[in-house]
Amino acid sequence: MALNLVVKVHPVVLFQIVDAYERRNADSHRVIGTLLGTSDKGVVEVTNCFCVPHKEHADQVEAELNYAMDVYELNRRVNASENIVGWWATGNEVTNHSSVIHEYYSRECREPVHLTVDTSLAGARMGLRGYVCVSLGVPRGKQGCMFTPVDVALTCYDPEVVGLQLCAKTVSAGRSRTVQPMRDLAQVAEAAGKLSSLLDQVVQYVEDVVSERAAADKAVGRQLLELINSVPNMAADTFADAFASSVKDSLMVVTLAQLIKTQLQLNEKLTLLTSQ
Amino acid sequence: MANRAGSSRRVPENEAAISYVQCDGLAVMKIVKHCHEESCSNMEVAQGALLGLVVENRLEITNCFPFPKHDDTMDEEEYQLDMMRRLRRVNVDHFHVGWYQSADVGNFLSQSLLESQYHYQTSIEESVVVIYDTKKSNRGFLTLKAYRLTPQAIAMYKEGDYTPEALRNLKIGYESLFIEVPIVIRNSPLTNIMMSELSEMIPEEDGSKFLDLGTASVLEGQLRSLMERVDELNQEAIKFNRYQQLVVRQQQDKHRWLLKRAQENAARAAKDEPALPDEDVNKLFKPLPVPPRLNPMIVAGQINTYSQHISQFCSQGLAKVYLTQALQNAKESKQNTT
Repeated sequence: MALNLVVKVHPVVLFQIVDAYERRNADSHRVIGTLLGTSDKGVVEVTNCFCVPHKEHADQVEAELNYAMDVYELNRRVNASENIVGWWATGNEVTNHSSVIHEYYSRECREPVHLTVDTSLAGARMGLRGYVCVSLGVPRGKQGCMFTPVDVALTCYDPEVVGLQLCAKTVSAGRSRTVQPMRDLAQVAEAAGKLSSLLDQVVQYVEDVVSERAAADKAVGRQLLELINSVPNMAADTFADAFASSVKDSLMVVTLAQLIKTQLQLNEKLTLLTSQ
Repeated sequence: MANRAGSSRRVPENEAAISYVQCDGLAVMKIVKHCHEESCSNMEVAQGALLGLVVENRLEITNCFPFPKHDDTMDEEEYQLDMMRRLRRVNVDHFHVGWYQSADVGNFLSQSLLESQYHYQTSIEESVVVIYDTKKSNRGFLTLKAYRLTPQAIAMYKEGDYTPEALRNLKIGYESLFIEVPIVIRNSPLTNIMMSELSEMIPEEDGSKFLDLGTASVLEGQLRSLMERVDELNQEAIKFNRYQQLVVRQQQDKHRWLLKRAQENAARAAKDEPALPDEDVNKLFKPLPVPPRLNPMIVAGQINTYSQHISQFCSQGLAKVYLTQALQNAKESKQNTT
């Protein structure tokens, strides 16, 4: 019963949960599903999830457990390393029905994690919370269980971060709410712009501190020093050499690539023109 | 949903059915996750199906699922049907609109790809193939491209005839095999809310990898593949040239034989003997088989994509080097003044 369990969630899981919530049947308020991932030494990494159809009545809950097993098997064929690590539900509270569902899942895996995503936006936030079930009670008396919150953090593979950043642009995309994947050069230009604005902020802060408009913070000062010292110290001529050679290499590769393209087109025209 | 799909069927075949592809953030993230996991474990391509629907002139991709690796023990059709049936239970669009494939440094053009896309496009009019470039996306540039076969490519594949004449008649070259369809990414408002929450949780330094100067490894990989393809194309060109020389030699042989025949016939006519029967020239000199031009065309198309990618990649590499120059200049000017 490690209560210092840390749950790491991949963004795909959250996308999937929100999508399942949007596609729910008209009469359900809540959707539930299974969480898949790996569990290792107190760290549970959730990498995938799927939705399970269920119905909630006043005093009982029906979930299609065969469906859950089937989809889990299908997923295992693609990715054999993902196991059931828990289950998720939308909504902002843990209800009585949750304990029933949780009991089922504790039969499937050793220590199921319960994740709630508050899609009803209570409190103007979409809260993401994780729970584990801890049993309490007196040994010979009635046993009960309590959902205790655990820490939830977000983790990504490298390309997932890039994908997330691209998708995040739709937040600020205006009317059409769409965004296009960018060409390489445009991305570098944008990153340079971001870096420049960050530098502006830092310079502004330093000026404020120097002119006594803001309080100086020792930790920030130390990090600034580290930042400035991290620009590698190269003599002017070594840098000029390295710069010139890398520019020459890149230009040569570009010329070669264009040459190849022209040759291809010529080759095409010639072979199609030859008569039998 | 059903009647929207029905109305798109009325679009005649020769009209461009799709002008752009709209992808949901969910599908993008799932493709990224699957291809990344596959590339970490083994070097095989990752493939999967795209689900969605067609609305007016755009193809919406709302979900996707991965295919298991090729295994003789299981039936892929069955897996697909099973998966789609299950997804339908949770109200996911189950209209199969295409497929996706991961590609290593962008080398995706191959005969199997053409064949699969041909089958998809003949059964489902509006299908696309989405290619995800693993190496470049690892370096920080998300590369997702959608392609469709041109009508000429479909006609060529249907004939199965890859001789130069057929290709000339169809006016097809390596550039007109595929057309690229632009992709846009769209998210629902609820997803936007979720993402704004997520952006607070991700550390800031992650995701600035593309400012990294050390991108030579990607370029190396691309150049190496380019060299291999150019070698292949060279081999094909040599084969074709050899064939042409053989044809020329055969023509000369034919010519000489006909002359000899005519001479003999003249001699016999002079001696009042019956002329030799006219043998079919073609049976003696069988026409040589023309080497199919499909492979060279595919290789040429591949080389074309490589050169485009390389130019793009180098341009941003140059930009980064110039950025460092600006930093260095600033540093030097400061040193000179202080």
